[in-house]
Amino acid sequence: MKHWFQLKNIIILIGVVLIYGIVQLLNLTEIMPPFFQLNFIMACISIILAVSLNLINGVTGQFSIGHAGFMSIGAYTSAIVTVKFSGPLYMALIAGALAAAVAGVLIGLPTLRLKGDYLAIATLGLGEIVRVIFMNMDYTGGASGFSVPSTINWTWAFWLMVMSVLAIRNFTASTHGRACISIRENEIAAEAMGINTTKYKVIAFTIGAMFAGLAGGIYANYMYLIHPLTFNFLKSFDILVMVVLGGLGSLTGSILGAIFMTFISAALSSLSEWRLVITAVLMVALMIFRPTGLMGTKEFSLNFLRKKGEKNASSKSK
Amino acid sequence: MVSFQQFIQLLVQGVSLGSIYALMALGYTMVYGIIQLINFAHGDVLMIGAYIGWFTITKLHWSFLPALLIAMLGSAILGVLIERIAYKPLRNASRIAVLITAIGVSLFLEYGGMLLFGPQVRTYPPVLPETIYNIAGISFKYGDVVMLVTSVSLMVLLQVVVRYTKVGKAMRAVSLDKDAALLMGIDVNNTISATFAIGSALAAAAGVLFGVYFNQIDPLMGVMPGLKAFIAAVLGGIGLIPGAMAGGLILGLIETLVSGLGGSMWRDAASFFILILVLIIKPNGLFGKNVREKV
Amino acid sequence: MPLLKVNNLSKSFGGLKAVTNLNINIESGELVGLIGPNGAGKTTIFNLLTGVYVPSEGEILFEEKNVSGLKPYQVTHLGMARTFQNIRLFGDLNVIDNVKIAFHQHAKYSSLSAIFRFSSYYKGEAEMEAKGMELLKIFGLEDYALEMAKNLPYGEQRRLEIARALAASPKLLLLDEPAAGMNPQETHELTDLIRFIREKFQLTVLLIEHDMSLVMGVCERIYVLDYGTIIAEGTPQEIKSNPKVIEAYLGEEVG
Repeated sequence: MKHWFQLKNIIILIGVVLIYGIVQLLNLTEIMPPFFQLNFIMACISIILAVSLNLINGVTGQFSIGHAGFMSIGAYTSAIVTVKFSGPLYMALIAGALAAAVAGVLIGLPTLRLKGDYLAIATLGLGEIVRVIFMNMDYTGGASGFSVPSTINWTWAFWLMVMSVLAIRNFTASTHGRACISIRENEIAAEAMGINTTKYKVIAFTIGAMFAGLAGGIYANYMYLIHPLTFNFLKSFDILVMVVLGGLGSLTGSILGAIFMTFISAALSSLSEWRLVITAVLMVALMIFRPTGLMGTKEFSLNFLRKKGEKNASSKSK
Repeated sequence: MVSFQQFIQLLVQGVSLGSIYALMALGYTMVYGIIQLINFAHGDVLMIGAYIGWFTITKLHWSFLPALLIAMLGSAILGVLIERIAYKPLRNASRIAVLITAIGVSLFLEYGGMLLFGPQVRTYPPVLPETIYNIAGISFKYGDVVMLVTSVSLMVLLQVVVRYTKVGKAMRAVSLDKDAALLMGIDVNNTISATFAIGSALAAAAGVLFGVYFNQIDPLMGVMPGLKAFIAAVLGGIGLIPGAMAGGLILGLIETLVSGLGGSMWRDAASFFILILVLIIKPNGLFGKNVREKV
Repeated sequence: MPLLKVNNLSKSFGGLKAVTNLNINIESGELVGLIGPNGAGKTTIFNLLTGVYVPSEGEILFEEKNVSGLKPYQVTHLGMARTFQNIRLFGDLNVIDNVKIAFHQHAKYSSLSAIFRFSSYYKGEAEMEAKGMELLKIFGLEDYALEMAKNLPYGEQRRLEIARALAASPKLLLLDEPAAGMNPQETHELTDLIRFIREKFQLTVLLIEHDMSLVMGVCERIYVLDYGTIIAEGTPQEIKSNPKVIEAYLGEEVG
């Protein structure tokens, strides 16, 4: 328990509560225009998506570009629980996350044997298959979309986001997370050091899918209407941009990338073609001039608060 | 169920569609063979080619063949520009960086195209006679014949170029071993550019044929054919030119049969399903050889 | 009972026979060398032993258990660990994390304890940290603990590879050209280090080497490999005077 009350953690906690409180205050006093309220919640959803994709692409080094597929499975499952079974919100969210996790295992087991571009293309294909299935599923309205009552508010979205980030961070900073990182660094050496690489790829993929499903559930229960086309390849690419912009492998980078991209999109929302052209140019320029993204694999951390002696004794830089 | 005649009819359509996929798949496979890059923007080069063709036909009032050649030329230049600006600086970067760049270029062309050409669908003028041939109850459109003849001649031409010309030999050498080719005095950069030029020209030809055959074009028209052609290339064994042709035809036939048998909604899913099956069961494609990583 | 017994092991790639009818016996506690000219199949044998390749024929008995066909990580769990000829460290991780990854198979807490930060997580991590630092001290790497592995000098990278392999707590340690690229002074220190860790960890060691001074200085028994078959076996003295070996190394100086 004493580990929980380090100066660093207390500062972070205060910061998190402050962000929540200020936005909540602005919401309640109605100073914040609805458009901004929407984008604050979208930022939370984006952060969950980016951080979970980063676990697969950045931490484990498995290149997936079908993340929107898992998001849609979560969105539709939770929408079904909400609409068809009148389940409570928490139940809908859990169901969405679990359904996406199951899909993650089923899809991960066969495809994660593939490497690099091949895996990327396979995940893209699976994302498209999932979309076609929802397009043709009359039970959820098919191509005309599926209406869901909006019950998510800032409190739900924010704390679910904090919980997701914390869970993924804690996983990454453990021996199991290091096993995933070793696959990214050198798969052959990882295997030779006793890491069951297949198992850890599937675990990372499943956890990533689960949180994408949670994000989908939050989205579905906020947006009034979900549509298969929302979860197309462009959505997967958007999430990828957030992760790459922040720096593959950097959790704080993914968070910054998600926030940045959400508000850029909001600023350019009336010029959607320009938004995509700008994003595309940004991506190409980033790859040419700074392929590691803003943060590289580094983290923005408050480790400098620790005393020097302590720093040498332990090394939790990851 | 479908009758035998209807079945043959579907085969005819399948071959027409398949020859477009094959033309496109050649570009993917050549570029992959030479720099191991999945050129995501390839489908969008098809779109640009189709627009150049549309412009030459409607605004300049040229006929089919000159329009086709202009589109091929224009797209070849575009292909070389894309390679020089976006891919060349990343020659030694990680595969993921290159893949992201390729997706970026693709989006740039799609939405840049929307800004430039407008998002609306344009109708391709009827440049070919509407003649329909009828042989033993099976009907061929004039367009089917043009499509097949054009794509087969281009593929034969490509084979000749790759086998017998200096550029073709250089391309094969670079795809086998870039460093050795360099030491043998081959200009690797120019060879790679030539590959992009040829691949893009073929994509443009596919684009014009696409426009002529289906009568309509839009800035996102390249996305699906691009992905399908990539699947065709993987199916035939990526990096193999004959594999790409065979893969394109097989995929065209499968898609037409799936739609013809009543599953048109599932056509795209069927292609992706095939892709995943191939990747899992035989990732080197129907005609590919195994390669292993050196430990 | 031999620790490792290889019976009639063969491996071919397509039509090419890389290893033919290989028989090797290693007793517990031995320090054995495997030498041979370039392309003789030495690294292929390591890859077969550690499960990277599946043998075409024959069996590999480790503590009387057939390990051929097992995955590399399963072989490591049974007690065989290796280093690589072309160093394969986890370059973007720091030195201590490299070692901790090899401790993973003995990890004492689950993913869930990690996510919820149960006390078993803190205990497990502290233990790994302590054991890792202890290992780094033996290899003189403790000052580099927080340095990224790819930034280490070459000799230190080689040593870290051995330290990392030891963290997997093997009974049999396979070293693939540990002295490659080292100067005579460094090679000499490496010889002492190998002797020391063998005593300290009660290891059995099989090493592939080009550097004859290392092999002759440290190994008790040597196998000589040429064209995928064993052409000689014996003590360093016997090997030096074996005409077949001299022929295989034609022009190369033995000893």
